[in-house]
Amino acid sequence: MRELKTDILVIGGGPAGLSAAAAAARAGAEVTIAESDLHLGGQLVKQSHKFFGSKEEYAGIRGFEIAKILKDEIAQYGSRVSTMLNTTVSGYYGDEGVVTAMTGEEEYLRIAPKRIVITSGAQERLIPFPNNDIPGVYGAGAVQTLMNVYGVVPGKRVLMIGAGNIGLIVSYQLMQAGVEVVAILEAMPKIGGYWVHAAKVRRLGVPILLRHSIKRALGGDLVTGAEILELDDNFSQVGETETVECDTICLAVGLTPTNELLWQVGCKMKYVPFLCGHVPFRDKEMRTSNEKIWMAGDVSGIEEASAAMIEGRLAGLGAAKSLGLNIEPGGFEKYWSRLNSLRAGEVGEKIRVGVSAVVVDGWADVQ
Amino acid sequence: MKASATFESGVLTDERPGAVKPPRDLWEKHKGGLVLVECPQRIPCNPCNTSCPTGAIVPFEDINNVPTINYEKCTGCAMCVAKCPGLACFVVDLTWGEEIALLKLPYEMLPLPQKGSTVKCLGRTGEIVCEGKVENILEPLKDRTKVVHVAIPSDKVGDVRAIEVA
Repeated sequence: MRELKTDILVIGGGPAGLSAAAAAARAGAEVTIAESDLHLGGQLVKQSHKFFGSKEEYAGIRGFEIAKILKDEIAQYGSRVSTMLNTTVSGYYGDEGVVTAMTGEEEYLRIAPKRIVITSGAQERLIPFPNNDIPGVYGAGAVQTLMNVYGVVPGKRVLMIGAGNIGLIVSYQLMQAGVEVVAILEAMPKIGGYWVHAAKVRRLGVPILLRHSIKRALGGDLVTGAEILELDDNFSQVGETETVECDTICLAVGLTPTNELLWQVGCKMKYVPFLCGHVPFRDKEMRTSNEKIWMAGDVSGIEEASAAMIEGRLAGLGAAKSLGLNIEPGGFEKYWSRLNSLRAGEVGEKIRVGVSAVVVDGWADVQ
Repeated sequence: MKASATFESGVLTDERPGAVKPPRDLWEKHKGGLVLVECPQRIPCNPCNTSCPTGAIVPFEDINNVPTINYEKCTGCAMCVAKCPGLACFVVDLTWGEEIALLKLPYEMLPLPQKGSTVKCLGRTGEIVCEGKVENILEPLKDRTKVVHVAIPSDKVGDVRAIEVA
């Protein structure tokens, strides 16, 4: 079996992973990125909307363009950064300091890195309801992949479940692709995503029904509609069940960190509801309780791509520094200041509270 | 199925910080128009300021602040209309014609309207408010966000925020 050696293995080539690779390569590290998809960029490649945030995090630029910018950035380090696409890391063997990975279905290999940065991202949550297994019920990520990666619309009339940023943005993108969005249902009494994202679909006539959810999908071989219901403060049904005609039901009901590898490594973890799942404790350089492993992005807690890119820089710097390399002076302070500024407002409050529960100054007291 | 037009569901229902109208006297005589920003939620975002060539959108002390505007400096150039990721900036020129105003709004749908054509103009919940005439279609940043100039009755400038995709 082939064994590949590298200074830093970055697991996941999304916004956090590419940023980590860039920061580490800039410091002089040899970096290998293992990406399970067929291309780098992670979720950025599906984002056709312009990003929020500040200029430093590419505000006002469309997500897929940001993926190109990050790819160009790592390309300038030449052979110092190598990329393995279609490669899934399957396990970590701490005694030997080796991870195993699978490239396609052809090759099973060992990678022996000096340091690891885990940027494995997130996976979608789904909600249970009768008939949620019939064709036409999608996660929002799948809808985006179909539309924005492969150019295929999922249907003609979509019912969106969830008015967080993903539900709102994917609704807008569906309309751009010429698909009708019948309604967006949101169980909470207010939208969860940015108000401006909601305003832009409302003014094109899409109703957002607050305190509403789906009761069941209708149809046999395919989705033909949905039963929807109104909720009270205790999330119990009030009023009559209504029927909506649609051929697609899109679930945008949240994400949860893809943390299996961190569990397997044995990183100290904590369940933090505001970060949407079990996340690792980390120091200010994004190092986990394992002294050779860093992490960044959604696996550290569900946030958004701008923050993921900054966390990636921190993790890349941290891993490079631990190898004795010269990192950019003041780098940690600079990136923390940007991160703190992005998180400073009301919408960042849950993140601030969540992160404060898992950032540690030292490891002595962490259970 | 009835969606209420509440602020909590993404509909601006009244003026509030981050969503205010320009002072009337300046607005009525300012050729080229003045900006109206409808960004009433504190979110970490500032491209309206960084894209503004005149400093009319005041620099953010905290990136989470809602935009504030120095209307004296606004030229109605609509760079913010093209740049804002939330599509929350509009320019209204009240000097365009007799009882006719020019609204410059962001547009990212297909098909594009035809220059010179009559389009249905939509309010904040997608309701048809009036008809308007497409006077121009620009792409200031060459990034596929169009800025559509549509002439509408002056008394509808507070209501129209989109044109029908048709």
